Amino acid sequence: MNEKIIKFVQGNEACVEAALYAGLNFFAGYPITPSTEIAETLSARLPQTGGKFVQMEDEIASMCAIIGASLTGNKVMTATSGPGFSLMQEALGYAVMAEIPCVIVNVQRGGPSTGNPTHVSQGDVNQARWGTHGDHAIITLTASNHQDVFSITVDAFNMAETYRTPVILLFDEVIGHMRERLVMPEKGELPLVERLKTSVKRGVDYHPYLPREDGRLPMSDFGGIHRYNVTGLFHDMWGFPSSDPAIVHGLLRHLADKIMNNENSIARYKEYFLEDARTILISYGSSARSALHVVKNRRARGESLGLLELQTLWPFPADIVREKCEDAKCVIVVEMNMGQVLQQVKAAVDNPEKVFLANRIDGVLINPTDIRNIMRLIQGKGV
Amino acid sequence: MERIRMVFSGSGGQGVITAAIIIAEAAVLHENLVAVQSQSYGAEARGGSTRSDVLISDTEINFPKVTHPNLLVCLTQEAYNKFSPIIRPGGFLITDTRYVKTHKKVAARQRELPLYQTVMDEIGKPVVLNICMLGAVIGMIEIVRPESIMKVIETRIPPGLIDINRKALELGIKLGKPFKG
Repeated sequence: MNEKIIKFVQGNEACVEAALYAGLNFFAGYPITPSTEIAETLSARLPQTGGKFVQMEDEIASMCAIIGASLTGNKVMTATSGPGFSLMQEALGYAVMAEIPCVIVNVQRGGPSTGNPTHVSQGDVNQARWGTHGDHAIITLTASNHQDVFSITVDAFNMAETYRTPVILLFDEVIGHMRERLVMPEKGELPLVERLKTSVKRGVDYHPYLPREDGRLPMSDFGGIHRYNVTGLFHDMWGFPSSDPAIVHGLLRHLADKIMNNENSIARYKEYFLEDARTILISYGSSARSALHVVKNRRARGESLGLLELQTLWPFPADIVREKCEDAKCVIVVEMNMGQVLQQVKAAVDNPEKVFLANRIDGVLINPTDIRNIMRLIQGKGV
Repeated sequence: MERIRMVFSGSGGQGVITAAIIIAEAAVLHENLVAVQSQSYGAEARGGSTRSDVLISDTEINFPKVTHPNLLVCLTQEAYNKFSPIIRPGGFLITDTRYVKTHKKVAARQRELPLYQTVMDEIGKPVVLNICMLGAVIGMIEIVRPESIMKVIETRIPPGLIDINRKALELGIKLGKPFKG
């Protein structure tokens, strides 16, 4: 067996390595802290592998550029942080409507507005879900360590192709900038999903929005052998605008169902000591590292504490959360916002009164002492 | 092994963040250890007092920041004033005699070393001060071998500068070794 390649890198670089592993060949972006290293590293790496890197004039253009590049047959990504993610929302909705596979990385910093650029936050969870207008479904993934950043990034590319949808990677400043070990998976070790292309020949009518029996829509590289229309308006199977109620209803249902009906295949999570846990922490991203620290420490002292680490945030894995928390006396959501995942957990469990929030919103990574102090307060023990 | 929690602090441009990355990378790539490195970022890393945290262990590291270091390096007075209160009682506190005037009310093993002076006397180039400091660190706590540090340095700097870095590392080890604990 070959010796594995080990790297000591930032989370942003782990994301880049994974994107290249997954076949990324087009990146358009506008550098912004704390995501800049993604653009920086790709500006050097992509040209070496025959890919294209474009620094755009802003994030609106970046999002539009990756949509166009994806349509022509490329695997595409952009990376940003809160303010840039806000600018991307309009075109993100276009990608949802036109069913364009693409990956958008948001390395979160403090908001609203330009906020707290160099410090950590997890305040964009709901923006990832509802930042763009109109009913829609979206996939949002996250991770708490570099090995998982790698595999979840590959997952993001695979899901973008499988479901023909934008996928959001919601990392945070701590994960993006921290350095730790990354063991590079070998070629073939992680499965890759390639673009599903139409078998319709040149000169034969191609219906870009006519699903196969399994619901998937084979694509034809735009500018290639077929001419077709792409629009943000509701559209028929040729891609032409339509306000026919049956078509509008059918398309909106399709956009939601292709993701919501596959909630279980999209759900990624990790569990630690849940079997007999009376208190369950639920966390994700960098705050899950602090939560895991507390869980391991308390387990060593015989306390029945467990951790459910969410890697899929949207569609929210409500069934999994409900099932895992069924027997818990107390559920504590650990996150760095004012309770965005907390609300989802409360809605998911049978008894929302047993769900509490342990958070920090001051740009500082929530630490194990914070979590322990909040746990004591919840248990009525004081600080 | 006991988990090592280190904080490197100084002024932006002294190379303390680079030094932190080098020792952590050496631990991971050449000692088969687990290490996590993070740093203060933004305006304070570019001229103000800068800080980088490194944890080294043989088991998984979850919480990536250092609250109370058992080894603290302060290369400026400002960094010393700001960070010396967070040292773990009994930990090593390394300062440079040129830049820092210590006070006695610190519950730590304070080691005032003439790092800058030695580098200027023996090499004449202040740019390797951070590597001399790393030498003192691994002289005091033998967590990473000097060859491992050199292997990382060799991948990061032009070949012409390797010799003065090696010399700086050796000088640092010589300064740190008498205080090994």
